[in-house]
Amino acid sequence: MTTRLAEGGRLINRGRALEFTFNGKTMTGYDGDTLASALLANGQYLMGRSFKYHRPRSVVASGPEEPNALMNLGSGARFEPNQRATTTELFEGLQAQSQNHWPSLEMDVGVVNNYAARFLPAGFYYKTFIHPRSAWKHLFEPFIRKSAGLGKAPKDRDADIYEHFYAHVDVLVIGGGIAGLTAARAAAAGGGEVMLIEQSAHWGGRAPVDADEIDGVSADLWVKNSIEALEEEENVRLRTRCMGAGVYDHGYVLAYERLTEHAPQDGLPRHRLWRIRAKQVVVATGAIERPLSFAGNDVPGVMLAGAVRDYAVNWGVSLGQRTVVVTNNDDAYRTAIALTEAGLEVPAVLDARIAPEGMLIAKARALGIRVETGRGVAKVLGRARVTGVAVCEQASDGTVVEEIQCDAVAMSGGWSPVVHLWSHCGGKLIWDEAGACFRPDPEKAPTGASGEAFVTAVGAANGALGTAEVLADAHRIAPDGVKAPVAAPEEAAPVSPVWMMPRGAGHKLRSKMWLDYQNDVKVSDVQLAAREGFESVEHTKRYTTLGMATDQGKLSNINGLAVLSDALGAAIPQVGTTTFRPPYTPISFGSIAGAARAETFQPLRRTPLHGWHEANGAHWEPVGQWRRPYCYLQKGESVEAAVEREVKNTREAVGLLDASTLGTILAKGPDAGRFLDMLYTNMMSTLQPGRCRYGLMCNENGFLMDDGVVARIDEDTFLCHTTTGGAEHIHAHMEEWLQTEWWDWMVYTANLTEQYAQIGVVGPKAREVLELVGGMDVSKEAMPFMTWADGELGGINVRVYRISFSGELSYEIAVKANHGRALWDLIAEAGREFGAMPYGTEALHVLRAEKGFIMIGDETDGTVIPQDLGLDWAISKKKEDYLGKRAQARAHMTDPERWKLVGLKTLDGSVLPDGSYAIAEGQNANGQRNVQGRVTSTYHSPTLGHGIAMGLVRHGPDRMGEVLQFNRTDGGTVEARIVSPVFYDPEGEKQNV
Amino acid sequence: MLILRCPYCGVMADETELVPGGEAHLKRSGPGSSDDDFEGYLFHRENPKGVHFERWRHSAGCGKWFHAARCTVTLEVFGTYPAQVTEPPQEIREAISSKRPGWSWREYE
Repeated sequence: MTTRLAEGGRLINRGRALEFTFNGKTMTGYDGDTLASALLANGQYLMGRSFKYHRPRSVVASGPEEPNALMNLGSGARFEPNQRATTTELFEGLQAQSQNHWPSLEMDVGVVNNYAARFLPAGFYYKTFIHPRSAWKHLFEPFIRKSAGLGKAPKDRDADIYEHFYAHVDVLVIGGGIAGLTAARAAAAGGGEVMLIEQSAHWGGRAPVDADEIDGVSADLWVKNSIEALEEEENVRLRTRCMGAGVYDHGYVLAYERLTEHAPQDGLPRHRLWRIRAKQVVVATGAIERPLSFAGNDVPGVMLAGAVRDYAVNWGVSLGQRTVVVTNNDDAYRTAIALTEAGLEVPAVLDARIAPEGMLIAKARALGIRVETGRGVAKVLGRARVTGVAVCEQASDGTVVEEIQCDAVAMSGGWSPVVHLWSHCGGKLIWDEAGACFRPDPEKAPTGASGEAFVTAVGAANGALGTAEVLADAHRIAPDGVKAPVAAPEEAAPVSPVWMMPRGAGHKLRSKMWLDYQNDVKVSDVQLAAREGFESVEHTKRYTTLGMATDQGKLSNINGLAVLSDALGAAIPQVGTTTFRPPYTPISFGSIAGAARAETFQPLRRTPLHGWHEANGAHWEPVGQWRRPYCYLQKGESVEAAVEREVKNTREAVGLLDASTLGTILAKGPDAGRFLDMLYTNMMSTLQPGRCRYGLMCNENGFLMDDGVVARIDEDTFLCHTTTGGAEHIHAHMEEWLQTEWWDWMVYTANLTEQYAQIGVVGPKAREVLELVGGMDVSKEAMPFMTWADGELGGINVRVYRISFSGELSYEIAVKANHGRALWDLIAEAGREFGAMPYGTEALHVLRAEKGFIMIGDETDGTVIPQDLGLDWAISKKKEDYLGKRAQARAHMTDPERWKLVGLKTLDGSVLPDGSYAIAEGQNANGQRNVQGRVTSTYHSPTLGHGIAMGLVRHGPDRMGEVLQFNRTDGGTVEARIVSPVFYDPEGEKQNV
Repeated sequence: MLILRCPYCGVMADETELVPGGEAHLKRSGPGSSDDDFEGYLFHRENPKGVHFERWRHSAGCGKWFHAARCTVTLEVFGTYPAQVTEPPQEIREAISSKRPGWSWREYE
């Protein structure tokens, strides 16, 4: 039974009890507890079930490497899954639920997988759930979804707030143990800006637990003194609860600070993401203890030796009354000693090494602890809780020489340096034979912009073990004259690699040796993968799921690849590690988003007339970052009815359009005409001042990218109109060519889009409305179709373009943005007696489709050239060159088989489905129905009273009158006749009045 | 996230201020060029392990296009220079030679 000890616990305050709930049950812990230590103190050692076999699991570690004790925390809008109990600080009212069981933690039906384990080998999912296809959907998937899965997805919008901070420092030290503190003091002495971050709430790392003495004082006191000294320095910034998440190119580092997770409250950010630029990064991230692979090493009550010590010393919690320690290195003796000193029983230390000698071993023996060398655990006894261990010779097949009754096992397979942050940006590793670990290769550090190394690993992260060695390693970055911290050197026996216990274990034992607790990967699975030909460690990882999911193999990676290398008969460094990718441990999506959520996710662009639309029933549509009225709803009106009304009113009376979102780009200079001749497919240099011309823009690959009307203002000045949302990238396109290809041409460009409001006055009564507003001559004679003029309307300076995207008599009036609303109000007022009504983007689309005008993004999709759309008239034959001309001369661009634009009219008058394909005879090589065309735009035409569509059809213009079959989403087809794309006013009489 | 010095405004710009523009020093093939030349111009790109020349735009800054010479392996930046050139300037080539003797990229060395 796990319990709270009567004394001890350097991190807890026994004077302040905290209530929390676990699976609905109220429990009590102390201030300073983690959720894991509080649960153990309450005797709640069962904390979850494993992912695949649903085996009962307890906590196995005490830090961020924990694979088992994952919890759903909180509720409602503060619910979060997969939180590690070991890093969750206890607070009053904390709610935790264990995961991955159904119906309950104690009684779980998925555990049947455990007994079927031999039918669920590595790659089971790939091998089994392939056939029959229907079984996946109806049988396998629903069962797997119910019984498996890590945690539940939150359902509510996150109630908390998050933020980003930026920092630029000379030296960033990651890790606040004794190595990090030494490095930070050394860096601070150098005079630069220093930032020291520590993932936990406490400085000092493992040293205070291991009771080392530094500079003649206890490690605890040395840490306190060091922090006080650093706090005195003006150039040093210190952050706890702040994890180095990732190291990126040129010294960019993300750090994840948990601000109020341990004390939730409204109004303060929960997490903060630090975006740090560091000239130098010092990685002082310590090391993680490895489990040993013996049968039953996942049974609750088996824990890493260092963690057993942590719970006892830091939180005054015991894992059991009788703890067997099993190890291949000296460090685990500290656990045996600490437990004995706490008054707990240690019936034996099983040391796999033959005859190790060292200070810690001698001390353990002196305390009367029984030490058995050359021995290990054959298997753990007990199913839901350790009841004992069967002991065997390490160099055997597992023949049991003795059984020892115990209720806990502390294991240590050696320590792996935390090399993640070293590796993120390309730092390479070397295999340290003596330490049996991968450690940073100082010759192959990540390099920065100068080509020099910018990451340094120090302390245990660099493979240094023992206090004196760690301090010396960290102090090596200090400038001359800084006093080095000192500790007594330790005499220790070397670690001996033990990748399987016992060495000659048979299949039965190997299939109960867990490598990866979180994903239920065993020694036997990795060996099977090797037999099946998975030689790459990356492939084996994906095949067996070794090292996947939230812990990313922090405990399992090295053990797993050692087993793989053994099975392959290759040396460990030849097999190598999987790639270390950021973040080091999972960080919240909230912190990544920061303040960029809801209305601040991206800017909302409003036209100068936005407020009027809002007050007049606008039904909004997002168009890029703009909001445009899709239509204006009158009282009780449906969207469809509003669009129909707006179209008819524009055709019969007069409609008003907010066209301010269309791009307006100025091109000015002696070479502006020549420049536009290169940008547009047609000739712009011949345009007369005062005139407008519709133009098409292609990219160098020949495909249509934008269209719009160009107006020539004077000899040197053109205004180019672009599509809504096209202004920025078309302006960038112009600048790219001007700056990088034709930099000697004298042209200046500017994006003027937001400088103007643009108002469309459209319909047979448009002229009468403007005449009533008064101020300039808008007659046919003064202002013919495709001209523009400057003047005054209602006392406001305007530029009026006679252009039409509807086929009606139409004026587009540009006015300085700050006068836009005033002019709109004047026109709306004057238009009242003529029945003027505003119309939205959908009516605009219907009006243009009735006229057969193309829309970029509907008729084009990046694979369409102007010739496909029957726009040959807008392509200059005279020009020697324009962007896209060479591309359009390629054989497949001039192929007569290309699909070309036509109109489509259903025989029954219905509206064709958007994106529908015209089907053809036969099937293609993939067994799919052949097609001969597709719908690009389709609407109900209020003007004509039936469905109209445009589409691209093979040989379309030559097949007028032919009837094609178009597929529908319900599997049926609908017939449509090929007609001219111009459904309305084909002679263009209405726009030219 | 790279940092590159904009040769126009002198700012040490984070990659988030920049827009990448692919390989530098392409020679445009227009009408009349052979299919092979045009294909090369439009599609064929270097993919070097080592010295590379790239185009970048300081789009969230001064808006200017510039070139960067850098190492795709070590991320070392040899230099940045204005885009109004048809080949790498001599001082950039010398800077690369001092760090990567014997380098070559396309026809340059």
